[in-house]
Amino acid sequence: MENISLIGMISIIISGLTISVGTIAPALAEGRAVSEALNAMARQPDESSTISRTLFVGLAMIESTAIYCFVIVMILLFANPFWNQVIQ
Amino acid sequence: MEISPDSIILWQWGFITINGTLVFSWLVMALLVIISLLITKNLSTGEHISRWQSGLEMTVIFIKEQIRDITQSDPLPYLPFLGALLLFISVSNLLSPVPGYHPPTGSIYTTAALALCVFFAVPVFGITRLGIKGYLKHYIQPTVFMLPFNIIGEFSRTLALAVRLFGNVMSGTMIAAILLSVVPLFIPVLMHLLELLVGQIQAYIFTVLATVYIASASKTQTEDTEEEAVYQDEDENEI
Repeated sequence: MENISLIGMISIIISGLTISVGTIAPALAEGRAVSEALNAMARQPDESSTISRTLFVGLAMIESTAIYCFVIVMILLFANPFWNQVIQ
Repeated sequence: MEISPDSIILWQWGFITINGTLVFSWLVMALLVIISLLITKNLSTGEHISRWQSGLEMTVIFIKEQIRDITQSDPLPYLPFLGALLLFISVSNLLSPVPGYHPPTGSIYTTAALALCVFFAVPVFGITRLGIKGYLKHYIQPTVFMLPFNIIGEFSRTLALAVRLFGNVMSGTMIAAILLSVVPLFIPVLMHLLELLVGQIQAYIFTVLATVYIASASKTQTEDTEEEAVYQDEDENEI
């Protein structure tokens, strides 16, 4: 199999795997974070703005890992340097 | 369908290229400056405050309260920098449904520049609050062995700031563009709504994280009770 089809095939397969496996753990972690935040808000409704804000900051940090996976997938599919080099 | 506004090249002369990112950044900056100038031309403290002025006041007070909540101290020194961050990112993400417009934060260069601003602002604020020695002491807290980890932490959270904002905004524009070519009419509108919401949340997150980093680096060790008493009085005089 030549380089060009090998690189194309592996890029596509790995992109699919990356995005599907890479978003499992952040989704589970975000679910847990939200559930704990809701528990805390139910126990102390006065503090709910602080809890909300901390929850959003925490969610953004958890989401970053999924975003890293997404950026790699985008690079592999649309700005792949190996593909660009091999089709010249 | 471009992956970033960098590839829209409008004008090239020698080694100077004016690409889409630059032009849209200038557009957002011009918009913010012109709107602020127009609103603050006739400021009034009396009974009749124009709607635009109270809108602007609401925005500034919101940012001020957030900064005060997080830094537990006077928000005024931090307000220009963090307010500018929030307004720039928020407006540039807000204009994304406008046709022909690509958010400049969808380019890694813009978000890297914003993250670098935060990276340099943290020592600047820390040193003005605590002095050089006091600021450098933070790196060897709680023990000297944490020094490499603290330094690596500084770099990695700057990188995370840049990539988080870039990833969220680029994914919004890309999903909208892809869906437009596949399923016309209703689904892209839903994706645009999601993109708007995510853009605003990410602007808020960027600013809050920048505030947290600045606050953690310029935390004073001792509690000043007198300062707090004076501070409370000043609170009551504020509108």
